[in-house]
Amino acid sequence: MFATAIIVFREVIEAALIVAIVLGASRGIAGRGRWVSAGIGLGLLGACVVAFFADVITSAFEGNGQALLNAGVLLAAVCMLAWHNIWMSSHGRELASEVKQVGHDVQSGSKPLTALMVITFVAVMREGSEVVLFLWALGTAGSASSMVVGGLIGAATGVAVGVLMYRGLLKIPMRYFFNVTGWLVLLIAAGLAAQAAAFLNQAGWLPTLGSSLWDSSRLLDQSSITGKMLHTLIGYTARPSGIQLLFYVATLCTILALMRWVGRRHAAARTA
Amino acid sequence: MQHRTAVLASVALLGFSAVAFGADQGPVQIEIKAQAFAPAEIHVPAGVKIELHIVNDDALPAEFESTDLSREIVVPAHKDVKVYIGPLDAGRYRFFNDFHQQSEGYVVVDGK
Repeated sequence: MFATAIIVFREVIEAALIVAIVLGASRGIAGRGRWVSAGIGLGLLGACVVAFFADVITSAFEGNGQALLNAGVLLAAVCMLAWHNIWMSSHGRELASEVKQVGHDVQSGSKPLTALMVITFVAVMREGSEVVLFLWALGTAGSASSMVVGGLIGAATGVAVGVLMYRGLLKIPMRYFFNVTGWLVLLIAAGLAAQAAAFLNQAGWLPTLGSSLWDSSRLLDQSSITGKMLHTLIGYTARPSGIQLLFYVATLCTILALMRWVGRRHAAARTA
Repeated sequence: MQHRTAVLASVALLGFSAVAFGADQGPVQIEIKAQAFAPAEIHVPAGVKIELHIVNDDALPAEFESTDLSREIVVPAHKDVKVYIGPLDAGRYRFFNDFHQQSEGYVVVDGK
């Protein structure tokens, strides 16, 4: 039962951390709760669909179906995180002052609500499909009670860590709040892009560009809980390949440059 | 001039696709039997791209995962999957079953 709980916890915590940060980063945007909830709901549904069709997906694209599906949804999430951060670079200040006055909504521009939904959907679907497959296997192997109890304990603990993360974020003073969440979102996006690169490389679609640029696994094992959390939060990889580092840096620089550019244009438009 | 540029570009593209697609070495097979990898250690040469062929003989799904190689793929019950790895530097790279963490194995890359 404990083994089950731990495996489920390890999967759930990844999605929970992403959802917590997305909720923090979108603080004060009206309607975010509904859109994030929709993302979670659709993600759970998607997880069951992916698990149910695991055989079909596996054989698709000459046996590369899983890797390509993962790379595709990860890159979609990266674009959505980028959109959110770029939008925030022109609305963040406004939002920060309005969060203080509670109850007001940001009027200008189209809010990145779809982005919030897609990011949550991808996070929940990816980790959820593994949980569903794993629990399903346990159930058919005959240990149904261990499956239910272990699964629930693992999932609840994972969600609890997400809630703690969110509560912790809210403690940050409003002056720095969106700055911090902006960086967190940026690092998550870069990490997810690196994961997508690894999947495309796994499918043979991208070159490796060097197998193990460094090895910090003795310092911090990537499969430990801390390693896994940092993998989700900042894309920590103990033995990265060249293509992963390239995607990480390129994503970081591109989003940062777009944020600066849009932010400056917005500031110029305001003073004009 | 333009013609030459086009030729150069297509040669470069061909070179890239040769790097990106297809393995240098035919599939190396790893079986999952009674939730254990067989063989639990495979030896491959350094500097070549290798196709791994993972066959799940069990009635339970497995997830072939390696943080050392940044690889993860679900292997449904009684199914097989392929995964490309490398070109790798000499060293040991651990892999495990994410659904049954006690099962592990190593890709060992011998020095040139």
